[in-house]
Amino acid sequence: MSVGSVFLWGFVATIVLTTIMSAAQGLGFSRMSMPYIVGTMFTPDRGRAGIIGFGAHVVNGWVFAILYALAFESWGRATWWLGAGIGAVHGLAVLVALMPVLPGFHPRMANEERGPEPTRSLEPPGFMALNYGSRTPLVTMVAHVAYGAVLGAFYHVARRLPSG
Amino acid sequence: MIGAAQRSISDYAIIGNTRSAALISRDGTIEWLCWPRFDSASWFAALLDPERGGLFSLRPTDAFHATRRYVGDTNVLETTFRTAGGELRLTDLMPVASEDAKRRELWPAHEILRRMECVEGEVSMELAYSPRPDYARAGAVLDDRGRLGIFCGNGDEVLVLRAEDPLEISTGSRDARASFTLRKGERRYVSLVFSKREPAVLPPLGAAAGARVDASLAWWTQWIARCQYDGPFRDAVVRGALTLKLMTYAPSGAVIAAPTTSLPEHRGGVRNWDYRYCWLRDSSLTLQALLDLGYTAEAESFLSWTIHTTRITWPELQVVYTLYGGAELAEQELPHLAGFASSRPVRIGNGAEGQLQLDIYGEVLDAVYQYVRRGGRLDGLTKRMIVGLGETVCKRWREPDEGIWEIRAGRRQHTYSKAMCWVALDRLLALHEAKQLELPAERFARERAAIRDQIEQRGYNERLGSYVSVLDGDDVDASLLMLARYRSVDPSSPRMRGTLDAIRSRLGANGLLYRYRGADDGLPGNEGAFGICSFWAVSAQALAGDIDGAATTFEGVLRFANDVGLFAEEIDPATGAALGNFPQAFTHVGVIDAALVLRAAARGDDTRAATAGGGHV
Repeated sequence: MSVGSVFLWGFVATIVLTTIMSAAQGLGFSRMSMPYIVGTMFTPDRGRAGIIGFGAHVVNGWVFAILYALAFESWGRATWWLGAGIGAVHGLAVLVALMPVLPGFHPRMANEERGPEPTRSLEPPGFMALNYGSRTPLVTMVAHVAYGAVLGAFYHVARRLPSG
Repeated sequence: MIGAAQRSISDYAIIGNTRSAALISRDGTIEWLCWPRFDSASWFAALLDPERGGLFSLRPTDAFHATRRYVGDTNVLETTFRTAGGELRLTDLMPVASEDAKRRELWPAHEILRRMECVEGEVSMELAYSPRPDYARAGAVLDDRGRLGIFCGNGDEVLVLRAEDPLEISTGSRDARASFTLRKGERRYVSLVFSKREPAVLPPLGAAAGARVDASLAWWTQWIARCQYDGPFRDAVVRGALTLKLMTYAPSGAVIAAPTTSLPEHRGGVRNWDYRYCWLRDSSLTLQALLDLGYTAEAESFLSWTIHTTRITWPELQVVYTLYGGAELAEQELPHLAGFASSRPVRIGNGAEGQLQLDIYGEVLDAVYQYVRRGGRLDGLTKRMIVGLGETVCKRWREPDEGIWEIRAGRRQHTYSKAMCWVALDRLLALHEAKQLELPAERFARERAAIRDQIEQRGYNERLGSYVSVLDGDDVDASLLMLARYRSVDPSSPRMRGTLDAIRSRLGANGLLYRYRGADDGLPGNEGAFGICSFWAVSAQALAGDIDGAATTFEGVLRFANDVGLFAEEIDPATGAALGNFPQAFTHVGVIDAALVLRAAARGDDTRAATAGGGHV
């Protein structure tokens, strides 16, 4: 496995994913923000949460890049479409499995059974994160497919380099 | 169940858990229940169709006389049935508990608990259970699982009915029935629980159910003990606070307008709308009511929802949103339902989502201002978002809009919308002057002055001696009362006093106020007097210095509440009948607000501090 390639392209793929999701927020497609959700695990301050969350999100992106790279290595090849396929499974897992259970371990997220006590916690994402907007599943899937495609495309190139 | 022809909206009382609510009729029938959320499809909708809608009743077999009340200052309902043979108390509630308590033991996602206690003689009861999922569009098949209860599934959702007496499923497996007799001192519990995508939690009956009743009573009693109101009309204020609390959606902080859809504004007419959503209108008064009563956590939660959950449409604001700030509420009709008192169509979703109401910018920004004035702090993101709203106001205030009353007859230049745009910029400039945020002050101040000129030059009619509904017009509507409330006009100025007189003379009826009259609102039929407007008149009167008159007006309007202190959206001035969706959060906000203004005025406090826009940051 090329550690340098994972490090570089994992970062680039994470930036691509974050950019797609941030653009979707800006355009009013979704209120989903993984850096913000991750950041508020560490602090209630909205401003600091964004910064801490972005850092944690990049680290997260690298960790997942290692897993993607291990998959490419085990298959003996890496292509953009293989990466996109893993990204699709990854995105689906985030939406279907992770999001509904997130309130269980996020210290500042309300759950759907909250009440009557009020909360200033984050609203729960719900199934497929639909509480954050009806187009959130689409945006999340596109972002993760793009993440995987970037890794698949460039990890493939990296393996052909002498240093890989 | 009460006969369809005799049914009245004020026959109902509400129970809830701040995520969903049920309406129970005077004879102990649950006729409206949407689970898991306020805006979910109904399981019981006999309210809208006694034959097809579905219901869950518990009532004496013999003829009876029923009285009811909420137990103390709680949202636990108690109906007392008196028959020839005895007396029985039916206690209805959605059990509630603290988050700590819910971490200690397993609680169902939703439960309705019904307790019967015979207090005198002997009373025979009958239970009728007819769930009709998805607004009675889906088939209901009941499955008897013995001691586990009777299950009724619909997709990934399940409803489980459990009782201490045997339940019998009818032929066709669509309904369940039971009958039993209670003697003095005997108690029985019936529990209905709901689960979605998870195995259902089946809480025990008997003494454990009694403990849930006690815990819920204790929770509500502790909650209302935090209410800091100590002025006149306290009972109405307390009931208003408890009702408003039931209209909040705890997981997101949203406040819905009402838990029902399509209760008619005109009996037998077409003015039937879905109110199970969140209007930004009145957000300032709602926030102020919560803050002034001492419910800071609820207020902060609501403000956070208002600013952040609605960001999908930022920097524009939409009239109405879903509980999670969703912007799509496509309106559709349910032609298979007969409608309350044959009022059709029954609608779900709300077409107001596509309207333009410029007044809501003032509502939201005044709410933020009130929050800061009481010591709240704004973070960077919130500051950027509210300045963005101010930019939208500068760009759009000259446009015609549908106005606060959501008139479906085209856009007009509403004076109230202009006034609230003025309020929006005024509050932002006040926050800027207090060094709470940065903004292009000179441009904002210029636009604010231009709005003021328009209001004074074209929004006031010299011949009428009153501000008018639309620029250069000659009609009044009740929203103009709020010009004083938001201090966009001096409440004791001759122009505002003239407006109050004109509104009371043109819109008043039997101590109540219509919101408008004679205007073409694009719909056939008439509507009743508007609950919250009648309370706005109380505030306007008090602010103008007529404190005794305001108290008398207030007392008169409060008489139109039903037997458990609840108001619908509207009232028929001739009969006193409740009209429109029920109970209405904003009408109860009006009760609280009028009482707060009246208290401040009666005490000789600076009413500027008690009203929106008053005081200093």
